[in-house]
Amino acid sequence: VTSDITRASAAELADRLSRKEISAVEATQAHLDRIDAVDGSVKAFLHLDAEGALATARSIDKRRMAGEELHILAGVPIAVKDIAVTKGLPTTAGSRILEGWIPPYDATIVTKIKAAGMPILGKTNLDEFAMGSSTEHSAYGPTHNPWDLERIPGGSGGGSSAAVASYMAPLAIGTDTGGSIRQPAAVTGTVGCKPTYGGVSRYGLIALASSLDQAGPVSRTVLDAALLHSVIGGYDPMDSTSINAPVPPVLEAARRADVKGMRIGVVKQLGGEGYQPGVRARFEESVQLLVDAGAEVVEVSCPSFDYALAAYYLILPSEASSNLAKFDAMRYGLRVLPEGVDDPSAEQVMAASRDAGFGDEVKRRIILGTYALSSGYYDAYYGSAQKVRTLIQRDFAAAFEKADVLVSPTTPTTAFKIGEKIDDPLAMYLNDIATIPANLSGIPGISLPSGLADEDGLPTGIQILAPAKMDERLYGVGAALEAALVERWGGPLLGKAPELLTRLELSTATGREVRA
Amino acid sequence: MSAISRDDVAHLAMLARIDLSDAELDKMSGELAVILESVARVNEVATDDVPPTSHPLPMTNVTRPDVVRPSLSAESALAAAPVTDQQRFSVPRMLDED
Repeated sequence: VTSDITRASAAELADRLSRKEISAVEATQAHLDRIDAVDGSVKAFLHLDAEGALATARSIDKRRMAGEELHILAGVPIAVKDIAVTKGLPTTAGSRILEGWIPPYDATIVTKIKAAGMPILGKTNLDEFAMGSSTEHSAYGPTHNPWDLERIPGGSGGGSSAAVASYMAPLAIGTDTGGSIRQPAAVTGTVGCKPTYGGVSRYGLIALASSLDQAGPVSRTVLDAALLHSVIGGYDPMDSTSINAPVPPVLEAARRADVKGMRIGVVKQLGGEGYQPGVRARFEESVQLLVDAGAEVVEVSCPSFDYALAAYYLILPSEASSNLAKFDAMRYGLRVLPEGVDDPSAEQVMAASRDAGFGDEVKRRIILGTYALSSGYYDAYYGSAQKVRTLIQRDFAAAFEKADVLVSPTTPTTAFKIGEKIDDPLAMYLNDIATIPANLSGIPGISLPSGLADEDGLPTGIQILAPAKMDERLYGVGAALEAALVERWGGPLLGKAPELLTRLELSTATGREVRA
Repeated sequence: MSAISRDDVAHLAMLARIDLSDAELDKMSGELAVILESVARVNEVATDDVPPTSHPLPMTNVTRPDVVRPSLSAESALAAAPVTDQQRFSVPRMLDED
């Protein structure tokens, strides 16, 4: 029964909860047991809150028994990326500088999750301040891909993608600045959506690049992502860039799952050279399935996308260097005194604390951003990058004249080995080459599994992009494609993932070795 | 675009208030030079006739009514401070001694 619960989608769990076939406590405990069994190997969670999750579950069960009308996801457990602040629960952003910090307030998305009655299982691992594509930049060690524990689960939201892929949570929160929801989804065989910029409140998300950051759902099915999108989306007066409009009809679109007559644009610049053969093969098959389902395919050209990565690695570090200035060792976070200095000044304490508290990638990007924003270089770097942003927006506008949605492989490759790219920042940055244009333009994007690459048997992802504020198109096309793919595979792609050994099985195996 | 020197990186680290070690300075100046060379490509297409975009959505001057609303208590705002004194953040000396 327990394994049934953890294998169920969020929609199925919600259904069984509402029919009182299972209780919220059972649903929550099953996931906590699964975490206990496999997270020793996967390492998706930085903090667990078993007590808090069970307390929420008990309260939901009580209210349901009393006949109260509850939110559709009430009692469905969720994992939250450790970059969303949670009142009373540690929040580190994967950084030493915030080790042990207990925020005094909740992010708006956390408030909404709590209002829906969803038990929060814990906080998931990420690259430090969401800077990375592998979780290897987490100060607390990497998360492991459930498909192959020697490989990365993507990043920055690798903890959330791995938790969902290994059945430790049916749903998770991600944040996406250049692909941190979509790329982890692609390499773990899960679903992840970056909503339109402003569609989900950023209040209480520790900012990386404020003009690019967006939180969104991580799940195993397109419908589940739509369910969570509906919970966290919507206007928030606490975020001045929040869109003052209702959440797009994502749930209806996911349920309708219809692509008949839709124009699907294949982006010429995303998917050619540099993309792994298996990634391309699965992408082309998915496009054919959309055609079979009644869509029309057109090719679109977005020539400025060739400059997106360069623009991104100027805009992001610039905004990050400014946002991370708040970690100054004065009001919260780590304070380290410089060695061998009597009566150090505030500046000296700041510099020593930031050197001790930040990891290599964070320092690299802060320095890069400081350079790009400094006088004499501003126009050539930051100013030019902002112009490229305009060109990319124009390319998207032209492409959406010809197509209702755009598609591409989500990532150039499948999951790489832990350690493989850690010493080569530029190679690491290339992982997000197909996902970055959406952030620069503010448009929504989703990644869903497209299959397994022949050469390595690892998951590949397809990305769907839609015009701003038309997030529902992602879900309509995504759900239609997912239905066709699942029929073809004879079940969900994650069903093909190797079974993880549980803690008990591992200790038994070790015991046998010792006896032998 | 000129290459970035080790001295440049040391100066930037000072501006960014990060006390980089000598080893970090050595490593980072090499890495930053490679990254900068790559990102400088933006200048190939950023011509004078292209306006800059700072933000994905067209928005201007989002304001709220200037009214008092609930906020953190002094106690919870100070709870995570490294050092407090008399219900305030306590910080090291701000001025250099002459």
